[in-house]
Amino acid sequence: MKKHLVLLAFAATTAVSGAKADSIAAGIAEYRAMLQDGNPAELFEMSGEELWTTPRGPKNATLEKCDLGKGPGVVAGAFVELPRYFADTGRVQDLESRLLTCMETLQGFDSDKIAKTSYNKGEQANLRDLATYVAGQSRELRFNVPQGHEKERDMYEVGKRLFYLRSGTHDFSCNTCHGEKGKRIRLQDLPVLSSNPGDGIGFAAWPAYRVGNGQMWTMQKRLNDCYRQQRFPEPDFAGDATIALGVYMGVNAKGAMSIAPAIKR
Amino acid sequence: MKKIKLSVALLSLAGGLVACTPMQKSSAEYDKLTAEALKSFHSKGIAKVERLQQDDSNRLCSQADVAGQPLDAATAKSIEEANFKAIQWPSDGKFLGDWKVGNKIAASGKGMTWKSKTTSNNGGNCYNCHQITKEEVSYGTLGPSLYNFGKLRGVTDPNSPAAKAMVEYTWGKIWNARAYNACSSMPRAGHNGVLTEDQVRHLVALLLDPKSPVNQ
Repeated sequence: MKKHLVLLAFAATTAVSGAKADSIAAGIAEYRAMLQDGNPAELFEMSGEELWTTPRGPKNATLEKCDLGKGPGVVAGAFVELPRYFADTGRVQDLESRLLTCMETLQGFDSDKIAKTSYNKGEQANLRDLATYVAGQSRELRFNVPQGHEKERDMYEVGKRLFYLRSGTHDFSCNTCHGEKGKRIRLQDLPVLSSNPGDGIGFAAWPAYRVGNGQMWTMQKRLNDCYRQQRFPEPDFAGDATIALGVYMGVNAKGAMSIAPAIKR
Repeated sequence: MKKIKLSVALLSLAGGLVACTPMQKSSAEYDKLTAEALKSFHSKGIAKVERLQQDDSNRLCSQADVAGQPLDAATAKSIEEANFKAIQWPSDGKFLGDWKVGNKIAASGKGMTWKSKTTSNNGGNCYNCHQITKEEVSYGTLGPSLYNFGKLRGVTDPNSPAAKAMVEYTWGKIWNARAYNACSSMPRAGHNGVLTEDQVRHLVALLLDPKSPVNQ
């Protein structure tokens, strides 16, 4: 922890003394590279792995038979092929949505109740750790989100339309900030998400540990906060809008290497 | 041999049918599915689901974005005209406020989220996308640099008749950017009720007052 604070101070000094944005960005990149040696996301991964194999919930069962798309219990490589269509639910589901299904069917949890729980609280915190663990089991694999099923193709088209939907008090769409290369909000670099942003960027980086607020964020939480800043109403947790956006970004990122769980500013 | 050929032909025929029918959903059908997906939002605090209802300007620009093609000239013009008509000019005829207050409004990005307590006293979000003064190095690049905005446009006295057109344009652009560029990414700060007349006045001063750091 002390090491992190020192590094933070270092990054702040660099930011102040270097007048040019370039040197600030370089300072942040260096700071991130150093933190890469000890990404706190690993703690959440370890917690998730333990949750995966611990009997829990009203049915006192583990998640070891959970089918994330590659068959019951297969975790390795599942993340980079999500969201995908699941015949048992008849829905296209992303990682968090699918984990909710498994927590309900295998362990007997009430998925609606979990979906309505605040982020980082109760079973939402456990779900976050599970998502972090599952994502970590696809580290350095390349995205290959399927488009074979009609509903998967439908969700891509819906996601595309949501991405470009301008509305709310500020007329913002996702595309307002994520449609052009090399743009920033203040000093924050913005990934292009309407095409393939490359290895470890955008969809290929979340879940991620955020140094700024010391929190582990899943993709669902990432999208939730985007919509807050977009001045939209709140998307339902694991609702179709966020899943469709996941399909859109995931398919666009085909071939990009996942670095999730990543570390972020 | 014949049998094989026939079954191959049948297979490809069936394949063709399977491939064609489900893949050919119309754009309107995808729009319908999108409307369904939009039901997975809920009101929270001041951010009500009504915010998802697009006006014509947003609907047409979003459609063009999805198609990956710019709007045709006539549609663009009609959007600009409708937004221009909707601009509220200063009720007392005064376009210029205090650039110092304007700079604070430009720096603030607060307001209008589901965490915001009220719909008033919002920030302008200007620095999030624009360079504005030389002093502030933490600026975004989604919009063009506004440094020397007035100076570059030859405004030496914003109260002079010579500056009138530029003063009005600056007000209009902040109030409703889409009046001048149909699908601009810039929020319609006045039109959408994010900023008040008084706040817009201060921002106009920030950009055009010769004493403002913007024009140094």
